[in-house]
Order: sequence, then C-alpha cells, then structure tokens
Amino acid sequence: MKNILTALIFCLINANAYTQVIKVCPDCKINSIAQALKIAKNGYKILIEKGLYSERNIIIDKSIQLIGAGNPVIDGDNKGEIITIKADNVSISGFTIKNVGTSYTEDNAAIKVVKGNFFTISNNTLENVFFGITIEKSKHGIIENNNISSTATQEYNSGNGIHLWHCDDIKVKNNQLHGLRDGIYFEFVTNSSISGNISKNNVRYGLHFMFSNDNEYFENTFVNNGAGVAVMFSKNINMHHNKFIKNWGSSSYGLLLKEIYDAEITDNLFEQNTIGIHAEGSTRINYKKNNFINNGWAIKISGACYTNKFTKNNFVSNAFDVSYNSKLNDNVFDNNYWSEYAGYDLDKNGIGDVPFRPVKLFSYIANKTPETIVLLRSLFIDIINFSEKVSPVFTPDNLLDNNPLMQEIK
Amino acid sequence: MLKILKYSSFDLMRSRWSYVYFLFYLLLGFVLLFLNNNVSKAVITLMNIIIVIVPLIGTIFGVMYYYNSREFTILLLAQPLKRSTIFLGQYIGLSISLSISLLLGLGIPFIFYGIFESAAIWDFSSLLITGVFLTFIFVALSINIALSNENRIKGFGFAILMWLFLAVIYDGIFLISLMIFNDYPLDKFSLIATMTNPIDLSRILILLKLDISALLGYTGAVFQKFFGTGLGVIISFSVLILWVLIPAWLIVVKSGRKDF
Repeated sequence: MKNILTALIFCLINANAYTQVIKVCPDCKINSIAQALKIAKNGYKILIEKGLYSERNIIIDKSIQLIGAGNPVIDGDNKGEIITIKADNVSISGFTIKNVGTSYTEDNAAIKVVKGNFFTISNNTLENVFFGITIEKSKHGIIENNNISSTATQEYNSGNGIHLWHCDDIKVKNNQLHGLRDGIYFEFVTNSSISGNISKNNVRYGLHFMFSNDNEYFENTFVNNGAGVAVMFSKNINMHHNKFIKNWGSSSYGLLLKEIYDAEITDNLFEQNTIGIHAEGSTRINYKKNNFINNGWAIKISGACYTNKFTKNNFVSNAFDVSYNSKLNDNVFDNNYWSEYAGYDLDKNGIGDVPFRPVKLFSYIANKTPETIVLLRSLFIDIINFSEKVSPVFTPDNLLDNNPLMQEIK
Repeated sequence: MLKILKYSSFDLMRSRWSYVYFLFYLLLGFVLLFLNNNVSKAVITLMNIIIVIVPLIGTIFGVMYYYNSREFTILLLAQPLKRSTIFLGQYIGLSISLSISLLLGLGIPFIFYGIFESAAIWDFSSLLITGVFLTFIFVALSINIALSNENRIKGFGFAILMWLFLAVIYDGIFLISLMIFNDYPLDKFSLIATMTNPIDLSRILILLKLDISALLGYTGAVFQKFFGTGLGVIISFSVLILWVLIPAWLIVVKSGRKDF
C-alpha cells in the first residue's frame, strides 16, 4: 500500500513537471545561471537567490521562467551582452542587471529577445546599460515595471532604453527610463502600446517612433529630454493623456511629427517646451483637448500639412501660439481657447464674436529670420503685431479661429 | 553736493508729480497682481511696462525739472559753489527720488502678495535693479538735452524723440537690418546692437532671467552663453554703468562750459 502511494506521488510530481524548479545561489551546488540553464528543460523555473552573479553572454534557448528572489545582481563587467533570449514563452523578473559593454559595432543589451514570442520582462532594474532591453522580430510580449538607467552623455556612444525592431503586439507598461540615448525606440513595430512610462533626462528622445503603424501611447510622462518625443513616418498612431514637460533647448520640442498620417492627439499636456508640437508633412491629424501651457511656440507647422483639425485645445501663456511658414491649406482651427484672445462675447454663448488670429506678424518674421527673436517683447514688435492684427498683410488672412472660446476648457 | 542732492530730492519728494508717479506704480502693481493672481506672470507683464514707461518718465521728469528749476539754479550759480556740484547734485537727487517712487510703488504691492516667499524674488529684484538703472540713464540723457537747448519746446521735443528712438525706432532699424543681412552670421552683430541700447540691454537681461529664455536659446545660443556666464553679466552691468557715467560726465562738461 505504502509503495503504491509513493509511486502515485512520484507520478504526480512527474506529471507536474511544469513547475520543476532549479535553485541557484552563490553557495549552492549550482552557483551560476549558465549552469542552471544547461540542465533546465522547457517549462522549468529557475529561481535565483540573492547574491552577485558575474556573468555575461547568457543564452536562453528554452521556454523557462527566470525569477530573481531577493533582488539578485547580474554584473556584466562592461563586456558584451548579458542575457539573450532565443525561445518562446520566456519570462524574466526581479533582477538587477548592470554594466553592459559599450560597443561601436554591436548593439549589446542587458536583455535581448530575438525571435521569441510570448515573453514577459518585468520588475527588473537595469543599470549602466548600453542598450537596456532590445526586442528583435518578436511578437506578443510584455515589458513592465522595469527601471532602466545609464549615464549617457553623447549620442554616438550610447544606446536606447527599450528598443523594439520588427515587432508586433508588444505592451510596454510602467517603466522608468533615464540617462539613455532614446528612452523608448520603435522601428517597424505594429499593434503595440506604450503606457504609464516615465522617460526623462535622456540625451536624445524620450520616445522615438520610426515606420511603426497602428500603435498607441498614453499616460506617459516625458520630461527634460534632449529633443522631446519624435514620431516619424508612421500611420494610425493614437497619442493621448501624455505629458510633455520641459523639453528645453535650441533644437528641442515636446512632440515632433514628421510624415505622420491619420493620428489622434488628444488630452495631452504640453508645458514649458521650447516648441510644443512641431509638425512637418503631417496629414489627417486631429488635435483635440490638448493643453499648451507656457511654451515658446505651442504649435509650429512647417509645410506639407493637410487636413489637420485643431479643436477644443487650450493655448495658455505661450510666447507664440501658432507659427506657420506655408499656406494654411485645408487645416482648421476651431473652438479653441486662446489666452491672448481679446475679443468680446455679446450674446454670452461662451464663444467670442470676433475671430482670433493665432499667427502674429512677429512669429512670421522670426520664422524667416530666426535671429530676430532677440527682439522678443520689444515695444516695436508689439506695435507691428498690433497693426498686423488690425489689417493682416503678411500672415495668411484665412488662418483664424472663427469660434474662439471665452473660458478655458477644464 | 550732498546738500544740493538732499535739497533737490526733498523738494521733489514734496512735489505732486512724484506722488502721482508713486501712486501710478502702486496702482499698477496691485492691478497686475489682482488680475494675474500669480507673481511670476505679473513679473513678465511688469517687464513690458518697465522697459517702456520708466525711460519715458525719466526723460520727461529730467527735462521738466531742469527747465522748472532754472531760476533757482542760476541763483545757486551765484554762490561760491562748483558747477559740477550743483548739476550733479540735482541730477542724482532727481534720479534718487524717481527711483524711490519706483521701488516703493512696485515693492509694496508685491511684498503684500508675498514676493519674499515666491521663487520670482530674483526676477523681481533684477527687474527693479534694471528699472533703477534706466531711471538714472534717461534722467542724465534728458538733462543733457535740456542743457543744450535754451528753448523749452525744442528741448522737450528732442527728449521725447530720444526716448522714441531708443524705445521703438532703434528696434525697427535693428529688425530691418537683421532681415536684410539674413545671409550673414548675425550673432555678434545682434549682441553688439543690444549692448548699445540700454532699453534693449535691460530687456534681454530680464528675459534671460525669466522662463522664456529658452526661446532665445533657439537661435541665440550665443546670447545665452554670453549673458549666462559671470563674465557676460559683469560686462552687461558695466555697460549699464557706462550708460550712466558717460551722460553724467557730459552733464559736468556741458554745464561747465555753458554760459548762463
């Protein structure tokens, strides 16, 4: 009877091989991750306990779970890549991974996924990395709650925090990224979302999109990045509830749009950026309910933009609300609140009775001759702005908001 | 000289016009704060006013005071006093009383609204300092004009023209030359052009202190670099001091040679 019972239990354990756990600690028989990976099979769980593991070029080619208990540290000693995943269903969580080697020929990353589907990378701290997390040709993954940082100072010898290339259906959630080249970089990525991330103090962009269609990013915060956020050559991007703050400097902007089609930009906050949104060659974009507060230029449009709609936005205390260097085309400004608006509302319906002209003569001049910006807020400039406002000569006379709101939209 | 300084400043402080000037600033400060409810924003609005109104008032007061106190000056000249003492005393007395009106008029409402607890305290104080400088500069310039013109109407006309030139026309010429010479590097030129006009210089100094400085960084990284460093600040303040000293010295020279 006893024998049968033992046999039964043994069978059960075998059948439940999915939960097979391999334990790794500095004093155990298995004291390195590479060793554990050698004996692990598909579906195994590797539990790594607290300690310092000086390892690099770890290749995961089986479907396993790599779990750090008590925050173990993997140190790459600034030589090469640390973890490379080449299998499906891999998850990594709970590690501190640091010191990835800088290379001018290879994109070394703390964690790299190559052709691996259904992966999860969560709750890791990556420090002093070259590239943080790189995903190549993979689908259906989740990257969340990671804290990625480095000490980048120059663009040419630094890497990106989360770098996605040729991916589909990836969720990037609640990560913190700072001191990198680009916080998050997307190239040829589709159907993915970026949400709740905080990307700050990066050398180049907080977020960088290239050739990536049908994506969404929301509730992210981008603060004090070299040049802000760039979205280029992409279609169907939905951007909402993001904050673009203090992207400050001679070639900085909150959001750069270049060759973008069919995007929705709603409920975002642009505060204290040199340029809030810089749009170039962007078509069929709806700007709705955004707040532009204390920017140098709230919106700068540099040509080849068609069928853009600006409705229900707040423009508050910007040095220039709109700057335009081409024809109005069929772009529309309607129903926005402009803090500079000085008209009246006799019928008390909340809409000003006189149209508002968002382009000032000075912003037109400063566009043509950027040096003239040193005359900002001079009395002479106020006078010419006023005379232009009374009788427009230089600025496009059909560029106006016919229904400016009297009250700020809350 | 101290006695004359004291006399002319007390004389002015008793006069109606300094009260009007003082009340004007007091009212302006309160209204601005009442409308904006935000100290930092009020400072920006105030800047626009300071760089236009302060020089204008300095100019008008300078000319007016000189012509009005002409008889008294002639009386003083009969006394055993140095000419430089008399004219410098009057000049400094007038400038000080105007500066006090400015400082008190704007200071009181802002103190009331808690400028000391606000982060804008440095912006505000640099605003007041440039205001005082502008007062000294424009009073000196206008006394110079008054000294060289016996005819009051002519003197007034020239003084207003001088203000108009520095406050408005200069910037117009500056703007047009920037646009014409668009193809050339203009950083140095615009730096020098700002330095040579006290109103422009004050405007840039205040702008760089305020948040909108990033706008200037857009093209004038040179500006930011120059005015941002300790050396830049020293140079620009020395230029402002020169703008005070040279006209003051001219007052001494002119009054010494003038035949009353």
